Amino acid sequence: MQHYVNRGGSSSEGSAVSLSAFAYVYSELVQYHQGRAASISELERRLESAGYGVGLKVLELVAYRTKETKRETRLMSILHFVSSSVWKALFGKSADSLERSIDHADEFMIVDYEPITSTFVSVPPDLGQLSADAYVSGIIAGVLDGAGFSARVTAHSVNVEEGEYAKPQGGNVVTGLPARKDKAVFLVKFSQEVLARDAALER
Amino acid sequence: MGFLHLFIVNKSGGLILHRPLGQSAPRIGTNEWLRIGSTFHSLHAIAAEASPVKLPGNKNSAGADDGIEEIRGGGLILKCLQTRTGVKFVITAEPGTSDLDAVLREIYVLYSDCALKDPFYELEMPIRCELFTNAIDNLIEKVESGGFKTR
Repeated sequence: MQHYVNRGGSSSEGSAVSLSAFAYVYSELVQYHQGRAASISELERRLESAGYGVGLKVLELVAYRTKETKRETRLMSILHFVSSSVWKALFGKSADSLERSIDHADEFMIVDYEPITSTFVSVPPDLGQLSADAYVSGIIAGVLDGAGFSARVTAHSVNVEEGEYAKPQGGNVVTGLPARKDKAVFLVKFSQEVLARDAALER
Repeated sequence: MGFLHLFIVNKSGGLILHRPLGQSAPRIGTNEWLRIGSTFHSLHAIAAEASPVKLPGNKNSAGADDGIEEIRGGGLILKCLQTRTGVKFVITAEPGTSDLDAVLREIYVLYSDCALKDPFYELEMPIRCELFTNAIDNLIEKVESGGFKTR
């Protein structure tokens, strides 16, 4: 499984880090913050800020590696950049889908059916709606903010409908675990100035 | 294939999981389970001392403490896998069930994946990880339908 390994500016693609190693380190990160947070939302905020710094740096690195000569100025292009280039660089595959909300013009959803931040996580019932993928929403927020598109990004665990996501082997090939019952949906809510600016550029 | 029960005992003898694995498994109350878990833990340790053959360092080839590995009865096979950390995975099944060792090893792998990597699981505490119990059910289903291949 692909992950960023720090090898300086130029590196060959294909430096893999074990999923188990990542899972253990991430588990410790979550436990560290859980010990210092007074509520579920505070824990999510802490995870999001932990990811934010990563997002800022990932933006620079991925933009450099994909040899982007012009920075993105349009909303849809930056969203595509996040859901394909950034996702590929971090997780080895593009995000499973990018959707626009029907009810709100300023909301978009990035969907990942197998987020690695919650592959081995079972959220206990007393922690309710907590999503362990809050770290990734922090990363997305960092990338968007760094690119000049300030947004509020939150992670949600949504049930997968029957037949929505069909894996041929009936489960996760890498871990051997049965197919997940929920997917991660990252809700991106852009701020008003960003939308106004994008609308102005439209004309 | 007649799997009966799985139970997991932590290093101090406390029961951290018990799960029926099939319809033919008798229903046992939680208090009974706790007694079974701690009794097995003690018997496991005593057996190593009572054994006429003593292993070097009292540890088996896997580095775990020596103790009961298998009990064969008239209507039951009981197999135990003890890890280096003292966690004991015990599975019971009807006679004639094959692959018990492979299933136990696979359950150990699932434990290290779904319980140990779960930030909300506290070590040595009862396992409440949904992913773990789902994965066990999934594994038993696969073994019973014959679709299980050892890694």
